[in-house]
Amino acid sequence: MIELTHMPALVVVAPLMAAALCALIRHSRLCWWLATLTLTFSCVCIVVMGRAVFDGNVLSYAMGSWAPPIGIEYRVDALAAFMLGVVGFMALIVHLYGYRSVRAEIPQPLQGWYHAIYLLCTAGLLGMVITGDTFNAFVFMEIASLSAYTLIAMGKDRRALTAAFQYLILGTIGATFYVIGVGFLYLQTGTLNMTDLDTRLDGIMDHPGVLTGLGFLIAGLALKSALFPLHLWLPNAYAWAPSVSSALLAATATKVTLYLLIRFAYDIFDFDIALAQANWSFVLFVLSLAAITAGSLLAIAQDNVKRMLAYSSVAQIGYITFGIAVANLNSLTGALVHLANHALMKGALFMLLGGVMLRLGSVHLSHLAGIGRQMPWTMAGFVLAGASLLGVPGTVGFVSKWYLAVGALDAGHWSLVIVLMASSLIALAYMGRVIEMVYLRERPADAPTVTEAPPIMLAATWLVLAACIYFGLDTDLTAGLARAAADSIMDQPQ
Amino acid sequence: MNTETLLTFFGALNHWITIFLIVTGLYIIVARSNMIKKLTGLVIFQTSVYLLYIGPGKVLGGTAVILNDRFTVYSNPLPHVLILTAIVVGVATLALGLALVVRIKEAYGTIEEDAIFEQDRDA
Repeated sequence: MIELTHMPALVVVAPLMAAALCALIRHSRLCWWLATLTLTFSCVCIVVMGRAVFDGNVLSYAMGSWAPPIGIEYRVDALAAFMLGVVGFMALIVHLYGYRSVRAEIPQPLQGWYHAIYLLCTAGLLGMVITGDTFNAFVFMEIASLSAYTLIAMGKDRRALTAAFQYLILGTIGATFYVIGVGFLYLQTGTLNMTDLDTRLDGIMDHPGVLTGLGFLIAGLALKSALFPLHLWLPNAYAWAPSVSSALLAATATKVTLYLLIRFAYDIFDFDIALAQANWSFVLFVLSLAAITAGSLLAIAQDNVKRMLAYSSVAQIGYITFGIAVANLNSLTGALVHLANHALMKGALFMLLGGVMLRLGSVHLSHLAGIGRQMPWTMAGFVLAGASLLGVPGTVGFVSKWYLAVGALDAGHWSLVIVLMASSLIALAYMGRVIEMVYLRERPADAPTVTEAPPIMLAATWLVLAACIYFGLDTDLTAGLARAAADSIMDQPQ
Repeated sequence: MNTETLLTFFGALNHWITIFLIVTGLYIIVARSNMIKKLTGLVIFQTSVYLLYIGPGKVLGGTAVILNDRFTVYSNPLPHVLILTAIVVGVATLALGLALVVRIKEAYGTIEEDAIFEQDRDA
C-alpha cells in the first residue's frame, strides 16, 4: 500500500507545494492545519524510508527521471535518514507548538504567511539532507536560509530586523563560499554528484585545486553552522526571533550544515587523507575547543535567557565539530548523536521560553524571579532540559558526552575529557543562575501574577522532553542509528 | 616583461577579475556601515562566482548546444545553467535584503549600522 518509489521526492515536494498553497490561502487557522497535514505526511515518509535503509540499503531517486550522475539524485542512506528524522520530527512538533505561540507573537494578517515560510524553511532543510547533488544542496541551503531570515525578522522587537540583516549578509557569504568550493571541485572532476565526486576524487585529493575547493567548502559551512569564531550572527538572531522561529532554527538549521560538513569530510573526501594532510583536522580541533570554552563562558555573562541559550548553542556546536575532528568511530557516533540530542534539548528549552514569553512578555533574567511556583510545568521542564544539557546520566546529554569522551580517549586525548567536564560545570553555572532565580527568589510583590503556559504548548514541549529521557535510557534507536550511519561513511579501516 | 609572462597573465585574466571582484565585494561589506552599500558589496561578491563558473565552461570556437550537422564543437552548457540558478538566488537575496533595509529605516530612522548599534546600546 505504501509506495516507496517516489517518497524521496515527496518528502521535500509536499512542504514546498503546501508553502505555495498557504501563501495563496493566507487564512491563519487553515494554513496551520494544512502545514500540520503536510509535515505529518513528510514524517511518515521519513519513517518508511528510514526502515528501508536501516540495514545498509540505499534509496536512490532520479529527479525528473534524469539518471544520475547527469541528473539530480536524491539519495537516502542511513546518515541521511537519521538527519531527516531529526529535522522532520522537530519541525512537526515545533509547528504543533506554534498553534498558540504564533497567534500570540505574529500580527494576525501575517500568520498565514508565517506558516508558509515555516514550511518553506522545513522543505529547504529536508532538501539539503536528502539531495545527492552538491549544487542542488546550495539551492536548498538558500531556500532554507532566505526563509530563516524572514522567520527571524518577524520578531516583535526591532532588533530582530538588524539581527536578520546581519544573518543575511554573513549567511550569504557562507553560502557563496560553499558554491566557490563546489565550483573548484567541479572544475577538477567535471561532476556535481556526491557519489560520483567520491570516486573521481580518489587519487587527486592532494591536488591544489581540490584542496582550495575543500578550504572554501569548510569555511563556508563553518560560517553557516556558526562555528566559533564565525558565530557572530547567531546570538542576536536566536534572541530576538519569535519563539517558534528560535525553536525551529536552534533545533535544526545549524545541524543541517554540520551534516553537510560531515558528508564532505568523511563520505566525499577521505578524512585521513584530505583533511588531515591539509591540517584541517587540527584547525577544526582547536576551533571546537575554543567554541566549547568561549561559548560556555559568554553564556554566563548574558542576562537575556534566550541569548544565554544561543551562546550555549555555540558551545554545543563545538562539541559536534569536536567529534568530527577527533575522527574515530566513537567520536563520530558521539557527534551524530549530539546533533540529534542537542536538537531535542535546545528545541525544548526555546519552546519553554516561548511559554514564558507569552505569559510574562519578557525572558530577561531579572523578570523571572519566583515564577517557579506560578509556572510549575514550564520550569520543571526547564530543569529537566537543563540537566540534559549538563549531561546528567539518564538524559540524552549523557549519552552523547559519553561517546565523545570515549572517542577522545580512543584517540589518546586525555586532556580533552577534562575540557568536556569543565564546560559541563560552566553549563551548571549558567543554567543554575536561571533555576536559582526561578525557584529560590521571592516573586516581587508588585510583579504581575502569571499563569501556566497553554496546554498545547506544554504538551508539545513535554513530548520533546519525554524523548530526552526515553533516548537517554534506551539508546538503541538514536545511538544505534548514529553508529550505523557513522560506520557506513567511515568505510576505511582506522 | 617578456611575452611568456604576459601570456600567462592574460591567459588567466578571468581568474584575476574573479579574485578582484571577490576581494572588492568582501572589502565593501566589511568597511561600509551603510546597509545599502553593504548589499552592493554582497552583490559584487556573488557576481565573482558567476565568472568563476562560466569562464572555464567556454570552449574556444564552440557554439551553444544546438543539434545541427554544421556544428561539432560545443561549449559546456552546465555552468551556464548552474549560474542562471545562482543569479536567481542572488536576486532573491538582494530583494529580501532591501526589504529588510526598508523595515530597518522605518524602525530606526537610519540605515547606518553604527548609528543603529548606538541606538540599541542606549535602549
